[in-house]
Amino acid sequence: MVIVDKINALKLKIFKPNPNKQSLAPGRLPCRRYTRTKFGDFVMFVMLAAAGLFTMLPLIYAVATSFKPLDELLIFPPRFLVRRPTLNNYLVLPDLMAALKVPLSRYIFNGVSNAIVTTSVYIVVSSMAAYVLCKGNFKHKGAIFMIVQFSLMFNSITLGIPRYLIYSYLGMIDTYWVYILPHMAATLGVFLMKQYIEGYVPDAFIEAAKIDGAGTFRIFWTIVMPIVKPAWLTLTLFTFRDVWSEIPSGTIFTEQLKTLPQIMGQITAGGAARAGSAMATTVIMMIPPIIVYLISQSNVIEAMSSAGIKE
Amino acid sequence: MKKNKTKSLKQESFRERFPMYVMFAPFFIFFVLFTILPILSSIVLSFTSYDMISIPKFIGFDNYRRMIVNDPTFLITVKNTLLFAVIAGPLGFLLSFVLAWFVNEFSPKVRTLLSFMFYAPALAGNAYFIWQVAFSGDSYGYVNSMLLSIGIITEPIVWFKNATYLMPILIIVQLWQSMGISFLSNISGLQNVSRDMYEAGAIDGIKSRWQELRYITLPSMSHMLMFSAVMQIQSSFSVSAIAVALAGYPSKGNAVDTIVSLMSDVATVRYEMGYASSMAVVLFLMMVTTRLLVGKIMAVVQK
Repeated sequence: MVIVDKINALKLKIFKPNPNKQSLAPGRLPCRRYTRTKFGDFVMFVMLAAAGLFTMLPLIYAVATSFKPLDELLIFPPRFLVRRPTLNNYLVLPDLMAALKVPLSRYIFNGVSNAIVTTSVYIVVSSMAAYVLCKGNFKHKGAIFMIVQFSLMFNSITLGIPRYLIYSYLGMIDTYWVYILPHMAATLGVFLMKQYIEGYVPDAFIEAAKIDGAGTFRIFWTIVMPIVKPAWLTLTLFTFRDVWSEIPSGTIFTEQLKTLPQIMGQITAGGAARAGSAMATTVIMMIPPIIVYLISQSNVIEAMSSAGIKE
Repeated sequence: MKKNKTKSLKQESFRERFPMYVMFAPFFIFFVLFTILPILSSIVLSFTSYDMISIPKFIGFDNYRRMIVNDPTFLITVKNTLLFAVIAGPLGFLLSFVLAWFVNEFSPKVRTLLSFMFYAPALAGNAYFIWQVAFSGDSYGYVNSMLLSIGIITEPIVWFKNATYLMPILIIVQLWQSMGISFLSNISGLQNVSRDMYEAGAIDGIKSRWQELRYITLPSMSHMLMFSAVMQIQSSFSVSAIAVALAGYPSKGNAVDTIVSLMSDVATVRYEMGYASSMAVVLFLMMVTTRLLVGKIMAVVQK
């Protein structure tokens, strides 16, 4: 393929810039991309928005239901949207929670701090591991990566008992550690970051930084991490969502250590009469992941508009 | 491009390599403790009879023989799982890339809005209960009442008790549910395809958007596509929670019972941990084989 060869040659040129060609710095050239026409854009938007509305149905349904008064909740046939919206389902929550043994703020604090700490530590830990797996220089690197990747495919149902035994052997049961540490073993992040670093961080960058005398950690932190920002922002979103909604099974007993989702289940286990409040708590639980989504995705786009790889 | 990439192992001193070990250690220690050890012990248990109370008894390959010779349900679940994976896996893979590719060309604000819509199912948690309402078996279910009013059907269809409809419905629900991770990782991948590459391509005679996709976008995305393929393999082979929630277990005529559904029944209701472990091993081998196959296919396509 002639074109492919030429592109590869150009790739080389771009990654190792020719000092005489400074005038061709990215951003100066008008971007000659083949884009859709305005009309094409519009048609595409309508089609995608229609598909998007379809995928959003459950979210809309949950929000609508959380505003339904009791008689509309029990109405038959069920209606999709709310007719006479009420805040009642939200307003009764404080009363329902007054019966809790520990103040609600404690559960919120536990949930939020746990999600923030676990997510940020996880991003650093898995990015470091991915960087080493990608650019490191040691024996059996490929084999270790294969094991990491394949371990994603072992179903976790039968892993519960051995894991529990290990947690209890390490004395992690009923402490904060059991929220945080098991996530560090999750391979999804390492896999995602490894693929991304491999795809978008050329060895030439790292070599150049080494020649300039930068240490391994400094290269990782100041060169690799900024380039792969879209990946770790996206990973932040996945991890935050998982940690936030996680309900540990049989590893936390102390009331003071429980998080919001665990307590939500207790509040809403009240049958049809509490269906509205159950939906209200579902909606409340969705808010933090949505905030994280908005922050991370707007940052992804910002990172992007400053262009992917630059010299 | 790969010339004098790295020094050979011997040339690099331990001191030089030390930071790499330090950076890898946190992940590796927990990975071995919480993932590798449990997987190994599960593999060992697959050769035993273990009811979670008495001590595991070694029985060799009996579990594996039992599932092939004496357990017709298992063979049905294998068939269902494969059928499901063959249809939902590639479809989900293509859909998540095509949608990401379409969405990525809009202006940032529109893009954030559209991505949010497609990512919503993942944010909404276990929201597939809505499909229960939609496909409800009486004339009040949304789908039934719609079809009735148009006049396509004359009496309501009991969707979840009819083996013909179960599989297609489940595939749609699974596609809808599994978009999240692949879709967003594709978006983030597309955003790092360097603008310079497109400019270089344009100078070099790329004539249309199709050529651009074929010669620039797809090659630059190969690593992210591999990631998304593995995610699809993982989710389409392990589908179970949705099937059980919608069709129950066992479903009508075992139409949508998957290996994982059977496995969780064996493990958590019948307490046959050894047998469940052997199923986990078989499923694992199926997925690894598929992964290797997909790797081969992708390598050929890239050439």
